[in-house]
Amino acid sequence: MKAFIALVAREVRLAWTGGGLWLPVIFYLAVATLFPFVTGPDKALLARTGGGILWIAALLATLLPIERLILPDRQSGVLDQLALRGWSDELVATAKIAGQIVAFALPLLLATIVGSALIGLPEAQLGTLLLGLALALPALSGLSVMIAALTAGLSGASALGGLLLVPITIPLLIFGAGTLAEDPGNAMQLLAATSLAITALSPFAAGAALRAGRV
Amino acid sequence: MSSRQASLPSLHIDNVAVMRGNRMVLRGLSVTARAGDVIWIRGANGCGKSTLLRLVAGLLTVTSGKIHSEGRMALADENLALDANMTVEDALRFWADMDGASTEAREAALAAMDLQELAHIPVHFLSTGQRKRASIARVLASGADIWLMDEPYNGLDSASCARLDEAIIGRAAAGGIVLVAAHQPPSINVAISLSLDSQGVAI
Repeated sequence: MKAFIALVAREVRLAWTGGGLWLPVIFYLAVATLFPFVTGPDKALLARTGGGILWIAALLATLLPIERLILPDRQSGVLDQLALRGWSDELVATAKIAGQIVAFALPLLLATIVGSALIGLPEAQLGTLLLGLALALPALSGLSVMIAALTAGLSGASALGGLLLVPITIPLLIFGAGTLAEDPGNAMQLLAATSLAITALSPFAAGAALRAGRV
Repeated sequence: MSSRQASLPSLHIDNVAVMRGNRMVLRGLSVTARAGDVIWIRGANGCGKSTLLRLVAGLLTVTSGKIHSEGRMALADENLALDANMTVEDALRFWADMDGASTEAREAALAAMDLQELAHIPVHFLSTGQRKRASIARVLASGADIWLMDEPYNGLDSASCARLDEAIIGRAAAGGIVLVAAHQPPSINVAISLSLDSQGVAI
């Protein structure tokens, strides 16, 4: 367990020092800042569409750290060293997802409070938005690690990562947007179920990709 | 067999062949190493030295044959596995945590590779030879029974080569097994000299 925590802590530290923390948050807040410039100062329109925009921004922010999640560790031999010590690839992926949740998901939730203020989201919607994102971000973290493992070392990995990630996140986006409706009950439950399934499965998919990529 | 004998590290490579892509890299390779053995693996570029080490490490699977080992392994190859932004000490501490190694073992490894003065410098500021020494220190600190070293002398000055020799002799004397893949012969006595031809066959 100590070794697992050490690996998660390393992921968080690398995110802090490698821009994996700040870049997505800055991107997320930049979208929230720019959106009112496009729509104009129509408060009703911003209130109606702002939550959805933050959902899309969160999804796209997930893409930003993908290149640093797996490839550097593969190139530097860290993944080999972990395998040599008997770590299963699935456990390595789980640690990376856990690290990503701490380093990416939690700061993004905090940024949502700022972002919703920038966009002029009604206070009543903020709680629902935070809850929805809190449910979805573990899944987005899992997907980002999975996509990073699948595309590590491929030319054009960033673009490919985007192409792979966006379609997979459509259910999260649909249910996430559904939570912003007047009665978010069913959508919230479906979002939670979808997120749970993706979060639970992503370490296995990422682990298989890590194994396949070992040469 | 006594329990002490049962805990001794050993390595049995039995008629191993491996295919990489559509090329047979190693074929019909058999080696047995016991506690205290140093094995020098030599051969031309591409003959399968690194592949053999990765096979023993379990990072690759054999196409045919068997590899059986007893004992914990550590690998030093061309990939340093040290985080560039971390100090040497922190980078080694991470792996020491992974290995359950003591602080004393980590400090002894730093001293063995003459890295104490560089301990607080980020890895990316080190020279090639210094990075290599840090990578070797990771192996030393691990306390592993079987060391797998791929071209460990590359980039090292003569003093560092001597320190590495000393560490290898010490590991073997303590009952470990050390596999060294290198073009140049180590300046220490080796129990087995395994020479591979260009087809990956032991000669």
